[in-house]
Amino acid sequence: MSDNAGKEQGLQAGTPVPWRGIWVAAERTGERAADVTLELLAKARVLGDKLGAPLAAVLIGYHVDGLAGELIGHGADQVLVVDHPELASFTEEAYGGVLAGLALKYRPEIILAGATLMGRAYIPRAATILETGLTADCMDLDIDPKDRVLLQTRPAWGGNLFATIVCPLRRPQMATVRPHVFKKVLPDPARQGEIVSISPEAEWLEHRLRVVESVKDDAGDECRLYGAKVIVVAGRGVEHEKDMALVKELAGLLGGAVGGTRPIVDQGWLPERLQIGQSGVTVSPRLYIGLGVSGAVQHVAGIKDSEIIVAVNKDPDAPIFDLSTYGLVGNVGLILPELIRQIRLEKTGRVV
Amino acid sequence: MPLNIVVCIKQVPDARTVRFDAEKGTIIREGVDAVINPVDLNALEAGLSLKDALGGEVTAISMGPPQAVEALRETIAMGVDKGVLLSDRSFAGSDTLATTYILAKGIEMLGRFDVVICGKQSMDGDTAQVGPGLAVRLGLPSVAYVKEITVLNDGGLFRFRRETDSGYDVVEVEPPFLVTVPPLLNTPRLPSLKGKMRAKKADITIYNANDIKADLKKIGFEGSPTRVVSTAVHAFNARKEMLSGTVEEQVRALIGRLKEAGLL
Repeated sequence: MSDNAGKEQGLQAGTPVPWRGIWVAAERTGERAADVTLELLAKARVLGDKLGAPLAAVLIGYHVDGLAGELIGHGADQVLVVDHPELASFTEEAYGGVLAGLALKYRPEIILAGATLMGRAYIPRAATILETGLTADCMDLDIDPKDRVLLQTRPAWGGNLFATIVCPLRRPQMATVRPHVFKKVLPDPARQGEIVSISPEAEWLEHRLRVVESVKDDAGDECRLYGAKVIVVAGRGVEHEKDMALVKELAGLLGGAVGGTRPIVDQGWLPERLQIGQSGVTVSPRLYIGLGVSGAVQHVAGIKDSEIIVAVNKDPDAPIFDLSTYGLVGNVGLILPELIRQIRLEKTGRVV
Repeated sequence: MPLNIVVCIKQVPDARTVRFDAEKGTIIREGVDAVINPVDLNALEAGLSLKDALGGEVTAISMGPPQAVEALRETIAMGVDKGVLLSDRSFAGSDTLATTYILAKGIEMLGRFDVVICGKQSMDGDTAQVGPGLAVRLGLPSVAYVKEITVLNDGGLFRFRRETDSGYDVVEVEPPFLVTVPPLLNTPRLPSLKGKMRAKKADITIYNANDIKADLKKIGFEGSPTRVVSTAVHAFNARKEMLSGTVEEQVRALIGRLKEAGLL
C-alpha cells in the first residue's frame, strides 16, 4: 500500500488536488456513536460547507451498521461501513489497515478522528501507510477555502505552547482531535444520507494481535479520567480518608471523574491509575476542581490544558493559584461540604 | 528464549528548567538541562526486566544531536548493553513521519530484533505517534498503552493488558512486535555504580544518514509533510479571580461563575 501511496502523492504546490471530501473516523461507546465522533461531525460539517465538500463518517467494526442513522442525523452525507468479523475486536493493525486502504481507494482530502486512546493507537499507523502528515491532539481546526489547507492547532509542552500546523503538499490531511473541544449539534432525524457498504480487501484486515478479553471498566465514580469533561482532584488538603466520599459525591453531582495527586495515591486512598500529573495521567477537562491541591510542578504538568481551573486551598500563596481561573481560600473540610450543599440546591431547588 | 530488545529513547529538555518566551512564542533553550524523556525510563525498565527474565540483549536507540550520546550513556548505566545514536544535520526538522523512517532504518542496522519498546509519548512533542508509526515501518504489530506484561511459552508469546477508552483489553501476540508503555507500568531502576563505570567507557555507535542508507527525500524538513506555521505561548486564565468572603459567599460566587460557563 505504501508504494502505491508514494506514486499517488508528491503533489506540487499550486497543482489541483485530486483528493476531495472530509472523513470522520467514527468510534463507538457501547451501542452508540462516541461523543467525540458527534463533536467532530459537527465541526467537519462546518469545514465541509466552507469547502463545498461532502462529509463522510467511516464506521469500522462488526455488526456496527446500526450506528449509521445516528451519524447521518449528526451531519454525515455518507456513511462508509466496513463490517467484518475480523474487525469485531480493535487491533491497531487491522483498523489502521482498513482506514488506509479506504483512503487510497476513495481519496478524501481530510481525515479527522478522536484523540482517544483508540484513535491515538491506530490513526498513526494509517497515516504512516499513507505517508502523509498527522497532527495529534488538536484543540482547534480551521480551513482556508482557497488552498483547502487545514489549519490544525494543538498544544505542546503540557499546554504551555500552542502550535498551528499544516500539511500543504500531501493528502489526506490527518488530525486527531481532543474530546469536548467542539460542540455536537442536536441530531436531525429527517436528514438524508447514503450508507455505503464496503467489503474490505484481505490485506487491509491482516493482523497478528489476538484479543483474548475486552473488559469494561465500570468502576462508577472512578470513571475514566481521559476524556472526562469535569474532574475533581483530591490533594493533600483532603485530610481524612472519609472525606474522599465527599470528593466522589461532588464529582458525581457534576457528572465528572475523580483523580488524585501523588500523596493521595501513596496513602492508598485512590488507585494509582487515577493519579494525575507528569508520572500519571494527563487530563484536559473543561472544568478542573483541585481540592487541597498545592500545585506541585509534577501535578501541574498534567492539568495545564484544563479550560477552567478552580483551586481550593487554605494557603493563599499556594502555587496552584498562579494558574487557577477561580481561587477559593479556605479549609477543604469546610468548603467541600458547602460546595455539595449549594450545588444540590442549585440542581434540585431544595436542600436535601 | 533470549530476546533482542530495542528501546527507543529521546533526549528532551527538562520540564523543570524550561521557560517560555511569550513574545516569540517559543521555548527558551538556554540554561535548560537535557534529560531522558521520563516515560522512556519506563520503557527501558520494561526492556531490562524482560532481559532479566529471559536473557538476551537490550539496545537503546535514539535520534538526536551529538550530545544525545549522554542520554544513551545513562541507559548503559541502567544496564542497557548497547547504545546507538542516529545523528545527522539532515535529520533536523523531521516530523513524526520522517522520524519513524529514520528510526526504522537505524533499527534495521541492528539485525534481528524481537521486541521494540517505546514510551507512549515524549514530553516535548506529546504526539504518541512515533511508536505506532515505527511499527508500520518495521512491519510489526503494535500494542499501545500496555499496563501489564506477561511472558508465556518462554518468550514465544506475550500477553498484555492494555488500556482502552472503556476499560482494558487482554491481548496476545508473538514476537516480533512493538509496544508503547505509560508511566505507571513500572518503577525505573536507578543506575548502579558498576553501570556508571561501564557507561563512562562504553562506545556509543553513531550512525549518520549515509550509514543507514536513508533516502534524503524521506528525512528532515523535506521528508516531513507537516509544517508549523505559528506558535504562541498559551496565556493561562491565571489568577483571574480570587473569590472573597465567607465560605458560603465564596462558594456562591463560584457557582455563579460555573453557571455562566454552562457547567451547571
